Amino acid sequence: MDATRRWILDIATWLLGLVASMVLIAHEAMAGDRLATPPNGRWKAECGSCHIAYPPPLLPADAWKRVMAGLDKHFGTDASLDPATAAEIGAYLERYAGSGPRRQAAPDSLRITETAWFIHEHDDVPMKSAANCAACHTAAEQGDFRERNIRIPR
Amino acid sequence: MSTHRVAWSAALAAAVSLAPASASATTPAEQQKRFEAEARAAGAGFGGFSARRGEAFFKATHGSDWSCASCHTGNPVAPGRHAKTAKPIAPLAPVANPDRFTDAAAVDKWFRRNCNDVLGRACTAQEKGDVLQYLMSLK
Repeated sequence: MDATRRWILDIATWLLGLVASMVLIAHEAMAGDRLATPPNGRWKAECGSCHIAYPPPLLPADAWKRVMAGLDKHFGTDASLDPATAAEIGAYLERYAGSGPRRQAAPDSLRITETAWFIHEHDDVPMKSAANCAACHTAAEQGDFRERNIRIPR
Repeated sequence: MSTHRVAWSAALAAAVSLAPASASATTPAEQQKRFEAEARAAGAGFGGFSARRGEAFFKATHGSDWSCASCHTGNPVAPGRHAKTAKPIAPLAPVANPDRFTDAAAVDKWFRRNCNDVLGRACTAQEKGDVLQYLMSLK
């Protein structure tokens, strides 16, 4: 009798552990920590000249549209492109753009750092430059922002 | 048969014309000749390019907070760092970075953007040539 009870308890503990790890895995997946999109050479080269090429899912399509329409005044610098390159990159960003309220930036803001998602994820992290993802996200260049690849410099 | 060949040649021509980097391969010296031609065309009195004038221009702020050296540092043989994003920038002097000034479209793109940021206007051919003269003089 006791042996059976212990056996049931073991199974229950094991099942609980399984469910807990599945919830954790699902949470990580839903948090969008893997932001890799099919590669695009122009996006990577042009957007990656002055900062890392921020993954398209980090902003909604209408925000990317406004970013691309204002490249000559891009957060205080001239990042203008020739029309053909701009069209290709714009289409790529819109195609793989994010969606949902957490990806929306504050009104009139196009900053990824002012989206609900970004603020929630970074509220307790001291950052020297929020533009420099790769300072902590060691695999940011590959679109990989998972917890396991974060190293906060001291 | 011949229709196929025409289609293939058209596709090939399209592919070649879509490869901007290789199509516009150039050298710093060729770019300097281009700036010289532009400077001569711009008006009378072209007296050559000057590395000393280029260095002064490179290190001066031009009304705003930034100079070329804000990102490229006062020593263009060394790597720089973007003044806003802190992203490392490869050295600008051809002696330290053979890729520099080897793509005419890239040269034009960066002079257009950076002159706008630093001076609030386009650079003249004289200014671009002076800066390039300075960068080429670095050993």
